[in-house]
Amino acid sequence: MSVSALEPQPSPVAGNARPIVQIEGLKMHFPIYAGILRRQVGTIKAVDGVSFEVMRGETLGLVGESGCGKSTIGRALLRLYDPTAGRILIDGEDIVPMRGEQLRQVRPRMQMVFQDPHASLNPRMTVGSIISEPLQVHGALGQQEKNEKVEALLEAVGLNPRFTNRYPHEFSGGQRQRIGIARALALNPEFIVCDEPIAALDVSIQAQVVNLLEELQERLGLSYLFISHDLSMVRHIADRVAVMYLGKMVEMTTRETLYSNPKHPYTKALLSAVPIPNPEIEATREHIVLKGDLPSPANPPAGCNFCTRCPIATDLCHAEEPEWREIEPGHRVACHYPDQEFGRG
Amino acid sequence: MDSLVARDRSLLQVKDLRTVFATRENDVHAVNGVSFHVREGELLGIVGESGSGKSVTMMSLLKLIPMPPARIVSGEVIFDGRDLLKLKPNELRDVRGGQIGFIFQDPMTSLNPVFTVGFQLIEPLQTHLGLSKKEARARAAELLELVGIPSAKDRLDDYPHQFSGGMRQRVMIAIALACDPKMLIADEPTTALDVTIQAQILEIVRKLRQELGMAMIWITHDLGVVAGIADRVMVMYGGLIVEHAPVKRLYGAPKHPYTKALLETLPSLEDQRSERLVTIGGQPPSLDAEPTSCPFAPRCQYAFERCWRENPPLRMVDDGLAENGDSHDVACWWDIDRGEPFNGGEPFDVR
Repeated sequence: MSVSALEPQPSPVAGNARPIVQIEGLKMHFPIYAGILRRQVGTIKAVDGVSFEVMRGETLGLVGESGCGKSTIGRALLRLYDPTAGRILIDGEDIVPMRGEQLRQVRPRMQMVFQDPHASLNPRMTVGSIISEPLQVHGALGQQEKNEKVEALLEAVGLNPRFTNRYPHEFSGGQRQRIGIARALALNPEFIVCDEPIAALDVSIQAQVVNLLEELQERLGLSYLFISHDLSMVRHIADRVAVMYLGKMVEMTTRETLYSNPKHPYTKALLSAVPIPNPEIEATREHIVLKGDLPSPANPPAGCNFCTRCPIATDLCHAEEPEWREIEPGHRVACHYPDQEFGRG
Repeated sequence: MDSLVARDRSLLQVKDLRTVFATRENDVHAVNGVSFHVREGELLGIVGESGSGKSVTMMSLLKLIPMPPARIVSGEVIFDGRDLLKLKPNELRDVRGGQIGFIFQDPMTSLNPVFTVGFQLIEPLQTHLGLSKKEARARAAELLELVGIPSAKDRLDDYPHQFSGGMRQRVMIAIALACDPKMLIADEPTTALDVTIQAQILEIVRKLRQELGMAMIWITHDLGVVAGIADRVMVMYGGLIVEHAPVKRLYGAPKHPYTKALLETLPSLEDQRSERLVTIGGQPPSLDAEPTSCPFAPRCQYAFERCWRENPPLRMVDDGLAENGDSHDVACWWDIDRGEPFNGGEPFDVR
């Protein structure tokens, strides 16, 4: 059995960068209930008006600190939540109003790889049944075909096909993450949300999983939304990078531009906070240390979300929310003063 | 000779520490003969992946591991002239939190949720330093201020859940510092935090070291964090120290294939982006027996016959006399610079 059971997607036509996923004004608010009567006393604005697109065959890196709403975007995108407002277009088709059977029909096209490989695999199911479950739910394959497909998938993610009857606890973290990837690939998806797929893995194993994801992308023409807080890894894997802060996008551009010429003060601070594994550089490097903590998404500040921690905030920032605008072709920033230099450029 | 002098000034001297955990099936050899020293005022970084024995080593020093199932099979831990492993429980209690402070990884679970932060800060001050409640409270407020918690006095009566993750870790640091310890052991103190918060904590640690001048052991898996703060670094693998060097030497000229590979797998934030990441194939060792061969051999690109036969002891590759007397040691049969087996003939034990 060879890998041919995995069908590559129709390869993206060169130069024709068509978005596979398009998000417009996505909002995801969660109600807060309190008191004996469980009355709603507020809302957590986990994602508050976000627009972006993922091109066919590209990897969009989504970075931000915990609580900024990056995972919520990933989940809302796959309709694991019901978005509060906004549109999610998959190949031009809005999936937000979809319900029931209609939604089930589009689900195979988009899959997810979860963060914690220890929690995302059912410990009582064998690897074979974990990977074939999506085939059972969505496919019309016979038992023989299903077994062959499972073996091909295991092989594609670099595991021995004889492992089908083993249980998740018999595998290491990196191998479990491979099983999670095989499961996500089972239905030949076009688009995969990778939600911190390497955060729970050891350094020496992270590179293996990232290389696997890249190989699969090349072979199968997949598009990824790669959610991570590891800025160096995102620089390696992503074609374009979006930075989030407190439920909003603050900057989005190509990888090269974001890392060499960041415009938003938050992006600059974030980049300078990443420790570099080289003592010579670390000794002389200037760190922009942000003051304070992330404000609560239930009670975001007036004006710009970042104004409470921003080193260059002015009265304007406290009063008026900056517009999400394109300052150069393909470089979008939400800041009143994108050109003001401070600290490390 | 100089490295011996360096050892004379050392605050902590660990010799041949071995810790074994008994499980239902077999024994897990978590620490397999670890020796190192920490001098006054210096920061020793310990780098390793999960299961490399870095946390168990440090917990063993203060017997903070559950015994049984764990047992410390051999070793000496000389701290300030006394062997900590031979102390009576009540004597050890004075050392824990009194002379050696400990910061744990997860600030969410290492504070007691049912007591106020003030109470948890005052407790060690009263037990170890014998301060009155009023004095202890004043000192507690000072400590919170020291670690950069705004309006410290008012926050003493808050509970841990009223603090954010970064603030909780500051509280943990304040508790560890409460009794003016001579040494602080920090076990992955910033791993659970976001990068911008991590930067804040690192800044505080740098400041505190300048002001208070205590020795620190910093355990982490993040090579970047250690690069910025450590004086010396030890790399652990399979319950053994595989390389030890002053920080610039370790990053500039790593001698162990594992250290070298580890540094190469990291994607860079600034250099040219590589097409594919360098990987270390295979899995970490299972540790179900004492190592009789090099634990890294199955994953090592340089492994040859001797690596499977004998576990290499640490050997000195540079005595560091040109700098400050800190040697560069590596546990490997391969001479990575010459590209041939190490031919020192007689392997010698550095310590």
